[in-house]
Amino acid sequence: MSDFIGDWHALVVLLVAGVIPNQIWRLLGLWFGSGLDEGSDLLMWVKAVATAILAGVIAQILVQPPGALASVPWGLRYGAVAVGLAAFLATRHSIFAGVVVGEAFMLAGKWWLG
Amino acid sequence: MTLPPLDSPHWQGSLKAFGWGLRATSATILSLVLFVTFIGIGALAHDTHFSMLWAILSTVLVWAGPAQIILVSTLGSGQTILQSAIAVTMSAIRLFPMVVAVLPLIRSPDTKRRHLVLIAHFTAVTLWVECYRFLPHVPRERRIAFVHGLGTGLMGVALVATIIGYLLAANLSQTFGAAVLLLTPLAFLFSTLRNAKELADVLALGLGLVLYPVAAQLNSGVDILVSGVVAGTVAFSVHKWRERRAAT
Repeated sequence: MSDFIGDWHALVVLLVAGVIPNQIWRLLGLWFGSGLDEGSDLLMWVKAVATAILAGVIAQILVQPPGALASVPWGLRYGAVAVGLAAFLATRHSIFAGVVVGEAFMLAGKWWLG
Repeated sequence: MTLPPLDSPHWQGSLKAFGWGLRATSATILSLVLFVTFIGIGALAHDTHFSMLWAILSTVLVWAGPAQIILVSTLGSGQTILQSAIAVTMSAIRLFPMVVAVLPLIRSPDTKRRHLVLIAHFTAVTLWVECYRFLPHVPRERRIAFVHGLGTGLMGVALVATIIGYLLAANLSQTFGAAVLLLTPLAFLFSTLRNAKELADVLALGLGLVLYPVAAQLNSGVDILVSGVVAGTVAFSVHKWRERRAAT
């Protein structure tokens, strides 16, 4: 059972570095979002920034990869996204095709490089 | 899955609407993407020596894939709690505009703020994308119950995946682990792109991707914020400029 819970220190870190930093933005959105109009310029700007920040997170995982992904050379990581994107566009925006082709490219490349 | 017409008796009662929301979870490829992403998160948590409870709580309470990946990988690579908290806070800023954008789709004039607390908690990229897709087909007075169902379903999928990933982790090869982690950027990129209706959205996505590596050279600790605000503002300005030119 203690294996399941782990140490309390790690759970406090989860709260401080994980839960609070996320919930604070959701609560701010709840607090300030109520007065905003769906089609307003401010909301459009905020949406564009949100999309760009998500793009930043995507880029960060590719540029500074976590865990096992760091074992994949950068050319393969970027190549997988480029080839996946081509498949996504060629199949009239099929997320499934893009993901499968991107993954297949990375796995094939890793196998080929040994 | 097709939802019943807006005036159908199938929408009578919040419980039915909750049920439709729950069922909508099975109608989206994003559930599959979510499933595999959270297998990766569970596996990563195991490999970084966090407990099963830690992994479960992070999925239920943080409920943001990229933030969880950043949290586990920064703590795992020996960064301080403060550095890790800053990185997670930056990645989580996008939740603010997501909540702001989702709530007007759900709210009706007599909705109280406390009715929306759980929806704010459920809001993350998958729910955000799915709200735009499903909500036009849901009667406005049933949207809160519908999104509660949708959020519960999506979180259930992610929770099961977190546990499976954690248990599987011991048996995952490095190649499989890398493949699972690559799913997150691929899935996020394509689902955001498919949801992009305006040129501004596509521009924000493209510029954000290109600008992050540039901003990362600054090593400011707030690189994602810098590239996000710059790319988003440029995309918005181009959109306004085109709109104004079309009007004259």
